[in-house]
Amino acid sequence: MRSWWWKILCVVLVGFTVIGGLLMPVPRLEILNETIRNLYFHVPMWFTMIVLFATAFWYSIKYLRTGNLQYDVYAVQFTNTGIFFSIIGMLTGMEWAQYTWGEAWSNDPKELGTAMSMLIYFAYSILRSGLKDDEKKAKISSVYNVFAFAMLIPLIFVLPRMVDSLHPGNGGNPAFKQYDLDKNMRMVFYPAVIGWILCGVWIASLKTRLGLLIYKRDNTLQFDLEKKIR
Amino acid sequence: MGKRALITIFLILITTTFASAQAEMADGMRSNGKIYVVVAVLATIFAGIFAYLIILDRKISKAEKEK
Repeated sequence: MRSWWWKILCVVLVGFTVIGGLLMPVPRLEILNETIRNLYFHVPMWFTMIVLFATAFWYSIKYLRTGNLQYDVYAVQFTNTGIFFSIIGMLTGMEWAQYTWGEAWSNDPKELGTAMSMLIYFAYSILRSGLKDDEKKAKISSVYNVFAFAMLIPLIFVLPRMVDSLHPGNGGNPAFKQYDLDKNMRMVFYPAVIGWILCGVWIASLKTRLGLLIYKRDNTLQFDLEKKIR
Repeated sequence: MGKRALITIFLILITTTFASAQAEMADGMRSNGKIYVVVAVLATIFAGIFAYLIILDRKISKAEKEK
């Protein structure tokens, strides 16, 4: 977590995404016009969220198997960062939809699936804050995290593809990749995905390191704010 | 009847010629160079965000070393 090479790579890739994303050529399509460049920003937010939630899932299972509370710190901080990226993904998606699909919210299956997943993860945070005892907090929230991630798969990946949808790649629409994601866009899109995932992991790793420091100092998972409220 | 048909065909032909024109893109911004302003603004924002992350990273590394 302390190595710097992948952090430099992150800065380079996201920097390339910003500069190349605006300057490199893109297909000229009706309705989308220049907003097709949002592909380099909106979509990687969700990919990053998936990676972060998957990591949190992994650490939740590790905690359940070993009982080491440090793994719970990993799980909660990666989940919190994933929630942050999902909020940004949702906001950018709604902004994009307002001007291309005509309305910010169209009850599209993928929009609904991700909103449901986000609510499930918000409930994870509320669940954690409602439990006082460290062991109980870690155990119950780890189990919940496993179920939350398991729900994400059908809600976001399976169901939207089975019904009519506005999103590319779902409900009978050809994916962006099939004909519109020409090689110019691929050149920016793939580095963008990798760069943003690294960015998400970097933020999550910082929060985890901070959480571990506080855990070692106070020997509790409760942060000072929670203690003051109680 | 004949006149109506002719006018309809005429209108369809006119509209299709406009429809086949290229999709509007930000060519104006590119030709007057203002797109680089957009790039500069975004690059500044991201440079600021990453500078903040780097500073945070260093602070945490320092705190870890003291332990």
